[in-house]
Amino acid sequence: MTPLLDVQALTKRYGGRIGCADVAFTLYPGEVLGIVGESGSGKSTLLSCLAGHIAPDAGQVMFHTRVEGPRDVLRMSEPERRMLGRTDWAFVHQNPRDGLRMRISAGGNVGERLMAVGARHYGEIRAQALDWLDRVEIAGERIDDRPAAFSGGMQQRLQIARNLVTGPRLIFMDEPTGGLDVSVQARLLDLLRRLVRQMGLSAIVVTHDLAVVRLLADRLMVMKDGHVIETGLTDQVLDDPQAPYTQLLVSSVLQV
Amino acid sequence: MTEYNFAYLDEQTKRMIRRAILKGVAVPGYQVPFASREMPMPYGWGTGGVQVTAACLTPDDTLKVIDQGADDTTNAVSIRKFFEKTAGVAVTERTAEATIIQTRHRIPETLMRGDQILVVQVPIPEPLRFLEPSEVETRKMHSLEEYGLMHVKLYEDIARHGEIATAYAYPVKVEDRYVMDPSPIPKFDNPKLESAALQLFGAGREQRIYAVPPHTKVVSLDFDDHPFDPSKAPHPCALCGAEGSYLDEVITDDKGGRMFVCSDTDFCADRRREGEAA
Repeated sequence: MTPLLDVQALTKRYGGRIGCADVAFTLYPGEVLGIVGESGSGKSTLLSCLAGHIAPDAGQVMFHTRVEGPRDVLRMSEPERRMLGRTDWAFVHQNPRDGLRMRISAGGNVGERLMAVGARHYGEIRAQALDWLDRVEIAGERIDDRPAAFSGGMQQRLQIARNLVTGPRLIFMDEPTGGLDVSVQARLLDLLRRLVRQMGLSAIVVTHDLAVVRLLADRLMVMKDGHVIETGLTDQVLDDPQAPYTQLLVSSVLQV
Repeated sequence: MTEYNFAYLDEQTKRMIRRAILKGVAVPGYQVPFASREMPMPYGWGTGGVQVTAACLTPDDTLKVIDQGADDTTNAVSIRKFFEKTAGVAVTERTAEATIIQTRHRIPETLMRGDQILVVQVPIPEPLRFLEPSEVETRKMHSLEEYGLMHVKLYEDIARHGEIATAYAYPVKVEDRYVMDPSPIPKFDNPKLESAALQLFGAGREQRIYAVPPHTKVVSLDFDDHPFDPSKAPHPCALCGAEGSYLDEVITDDKGGRMFVCSDTDFCADRRREGEAA
């Protein structure tokens, strides 16, 4: 099987300091990769580099495109990359306000990507928006409400619907459950897990919450000071951590 | 007359503006930046239009100035006087007699000819402005033809009002490429953007000039199941009886009395003269 994403020697420096260095991994279709590490370990830098939000200094990111096969995302032209960003890719921000248009109704938010790729039939756009609101457990009657009137958990679910409506194959998630209380977190994780399985999505989830990766991720990458220090199957890494830092990380989780 | 250069602006400035106009004509609908000058009137009074008019005027031209369809409102009168004084050109209120027409908020009802130029005053040239506040981002969206957001606005209109409620400054796509704000003309005037005359748009404060050359394709954006509708008030003109012209609602007393009259005063007066003659 060809990997969906093949990353080689990805490096990003902020002047003399390292953002992330020499990161390499492969992601296969349908697989969920978790990236964990403490604040400042380079997780978000790595995710931004992968998603094309910031330009890395070195390395390559090969994405298996639908039409042309493997292409290096970093060497694509900007229109191509932006097109990828609203069709085959999705990006779920930690703060839903960064990923939603707060002054536009829920339906408009979900429909935006459809209209961006050329949908011009109001009735069909609306029907798809309703379908997706239902799939992320938002009542259809709220379709014309603005996200500002939604709770934090609903906003996050709306952001997910808005991203998944064009049927992407790869979804980047930056702390998708950050800032939500535990019961809402649990429902969101349930939802994410179901959607990922149903749609056969590949996902890269950045988080500092080990419970999130335990539930979602198939494989795990542990980062510290910009370097990847340990990789493996999620259960293997969490149950039998090898690197001293990973051991520290796993033992730092509070037991209730 | 001797104390002003012809049409107020100096020759170098007029050349600079003409270069921007030529570029605008070459790339229909594209907003060309230009070094807008301080004019002897406040921003919002048509400084962009005045500069474009000044750059286009020749001593043989006949100028007409329209403000909201009328020739006798403050803005129209003062701009007309301005060019009478600084350029000494002939002025007129008749659309058919003018060679250059500067306008605010309307396109004349009388069909324009190929030897005429329409100069439109524009307050905010960027159609995406209220959807995307960043200028860097909107320029990128124009260059990459990413116009999905424009339809999000129309979607919101339908979701909220049951129809596309945008009644003026209705976005258009020019020659299948650039999405353009036709300035705050009523959407009733949008079909007239496909014209035999050259149409120039000047935004003084925002420092942009753009153009729709004669016979350029101009399509109002819409949805397949909510097509564009150039609506107007469902009345005939109370003065001239015209059925197909854009109407102003005029309040006549404080008891709810009102009348609908043509917003294009020259068109209305013309029809009444013809009516009396017949």
